[in-house]
Amino acid sequence: MHPVSLHQVGKTYRLGAVDVPALSDITLDIHQGAFTVLSGPSGSGKTTLLNLIGCIDMPDRGKITVAGRQVQSMPDDALSDFRARHIGFIFQNFNLIPVLSARENVEYPLVLAGVAAPERRKRVEALMDAVGLSDRQRNLPAQLSGGQRQRVAIARALATAPPLVLADEPTANLDSHTGAEIIALMRRMQREQDVSFVFSSHDPQVHAAADEIIFIRDGRITGIEGGRA
Amino acid sequence: MNTVSLALRNLLRNRRRSLTTLLAMMVGLVAILLFGGYRSNIIYGTQTGFVQQTGHLQVQRRGYFLDGGDNPTAYGIANYPQLIERIRQDPELAPMLAVVTPTLQLGGIAGNFAAGVSRSVMAIGLIPEDRNRMYQWNDLGVVSYAKPLPLAGAAEDTVIVGTGVARRLNLCALLDAPDCRPGRAHTASDGAALPDDIAALTAVEKASPQPAGENRIEMLAATARGAPNVASLNVIKANNMGIKALDDVYMVMHLAQAQRLIFGTATPQVTAILVQLHHTWQIPAARARLNALLAEHFKEADLEILDFETLNPMYRQTNEFMGSMFSFIALLIGVIVLFTIGNTMSTAVVERTAEIGTLRAMGLRRAGIRRLFVCEALLLGLAGSALGVLCALIIAYAINHSGWSWTPPGYSYAYLILVRVGQDLPLLVGSVLGMLGVTLLSAWWPARRAAKLVIVDALRHA
Repeated sequence: MHPVSLHQVGKTYRLGAVDVPALSDITLDIHQGAFTVLSGPSGSGKTTLLNLIGCIDMPDRGKITVAGRQVQSMPDDALSDFRARHIGFIFQNFNLIPVLSARENVEYPLVLAGVAAPERRKRVEALMDAVGLSDRQRNLPAQLSGGQRQRVAIARALATAPPLVLADEPTANLDSHTGAEIIALMRRMQREQDVSFVFSSHDPQVHAAADEIIFIRDGRITGIEGGRA
Repeated sequence: MNTVSLALRNLLRNRRRSLTTLLAMMVGLVAILLFGGYRSNIIYGTQTGFVQQTGHLQVQRRGYFLDGGDNPTAYGIANYPQLIERIRQDPELAPMLAVVTPTLQLGGIAGNFAAGVSRSVMAIGLIPEDRNRMYQWNDLGVVSYAKPLPLAGAAEDTVIVGTGVARRLNLCALLDAPDCRPGRAHTASDGAALPDDIAALTAVEKASPQPAGENRIEMLAATARGAPNVASLNVIKANNMGIKALDDVYMVMHLAQAQRLIFGTATPQVTAILVQLHHTWQIPAARARLNALLAEHFKEADLEILDFETLNPMYRQTNEFMGSMFSFIALLIGVIVLFTIGNTMSTAVVERTAEIGTLRAMGLRRAGIRRLFVCEALLLGLAGSALGVLCALIIAYAINHSGWSWTPPGYSYAYLILVRVGQDLPLLVGSVLGMLGVTLLSAWWPARRAAKLVIVDALRHA
């Protein structure tokens, strides 16, 4: 089973009185355990596609199936619960909660998923250790470097052991060296935990690490490289 | 880590803004509590004064309160000793009773013929010992201005008058007033102008030597049969009655003296039986039982029961006036606090839009976002309320020990300015709950707006 399937998905935004098509007739399967990159120029629709896959935006047309469930018909609360258990997010600006320590940021999705405190502690310890931040657990995000923050964000995305992790330009705000480290870390975590990663990125380093690259332009898929299907 | 902990940390994130909001709430609550405490003191003080003077309930002949004030003979209660005994002995009423005492109110003309002056007075015949017990009632713990009547233990012809009466009757010895001048001596023409019977009485008075140290006056009143009756009275004290209109007509005498003046040798009557209870809240139960007693044993007497609020319309008027002022001030402050907190929370929502998007993306429900912002406001409200109550208690303590006083309109002596903040639990609890209610109300709209944010739009704010 594919962790994500899209069938003839379309999305149009309305800017004032003008309809702007963001995605048109997207039909796509994301492979289990794959490191998939959505690639395209700015405004091509890759972030919109990522948002639809992440169930934080809904299509105007077509069907989206994530982790075996059609998501476009789910009510908001059910969708929130679904995201909490099945999808991890990594953002370009890290989007850590500034008032929570690194450790608490990683723990927060587990709180939302209703995981008991002892189990939370165990999983957070393991993840902080895995991303190499055991000694920075009590630091607030403002006390961490960009690379460290993104490591915390990766640990947070993987906290609930979701089958799918989405990353929107995860290396865009990092220097190339740190970016390479982060890609290597994500790749390692993805393999260790057998998670499907989907990126939006035009970073060549990310492309080089990808199992599959989906090219998008003007809201349409123009090509797929390295697909396993 | 839970919603409360997260909310608290968010508040501490922008300490200056949180502190400003906290101060606005604190100042608002202090203002409400101080004015509320001042209002309570006035209301409780007024209630205490009226209950001390008139009791909680009075048994009167039907219609006396509205129409019979100047006609005690038409509205007298003849069998009052039996009625009082029945009330005192009633097993249901007895535990509630503080004092049960009769009174006779009458009008007349008081004259100081030696000084050639007279004036109308409203006299109250009472049992001084009972009244002095009534003056000790202070269930609400206010500063009581009632002083015991010196009539207790004094001769039956002794009376007390208001300082206004004493001034008009030129009883200068009783007044600490340098501008009080003894009246002129009688002349022949004074007597000629009087009716024959009064002139004769005057002659009797003039013939009687006034004992040294006494302030003799004469009291003229109409008897039950309509004939004039005169009593020679010894004024032993002039009391300041607080309200000038009362002070100018006030006279207190022994009940027996008043009854002799009105009823002569006939069966004495009274115009009311005063019932003072231990607590004001006992009024409904006591009234119900009294009604039952009257219906069962004194049906033919045509009696009714009036409470102190009816007997003293000024109490209700004062209550309503102070209540409307309090409501107006509380409303103004509530609106200010509402907008202050609303502004703080709205700014927080704008500043944390991306964070809201992140939380929602991670799976926090809309209700969770709402709960987070409402919780922040609630914490602000609790802290502001706690600080406000603390400040109000300190300021109230300072005011209550400052000795400041003022003279209310219509009063002839000053009252201490006191505020009952700590002693008025309903005020404290009501104000704090009101403040928390305003806090929640002001946070509700920004919280709702935050919860309704579209996730992808919110994330773009990063």
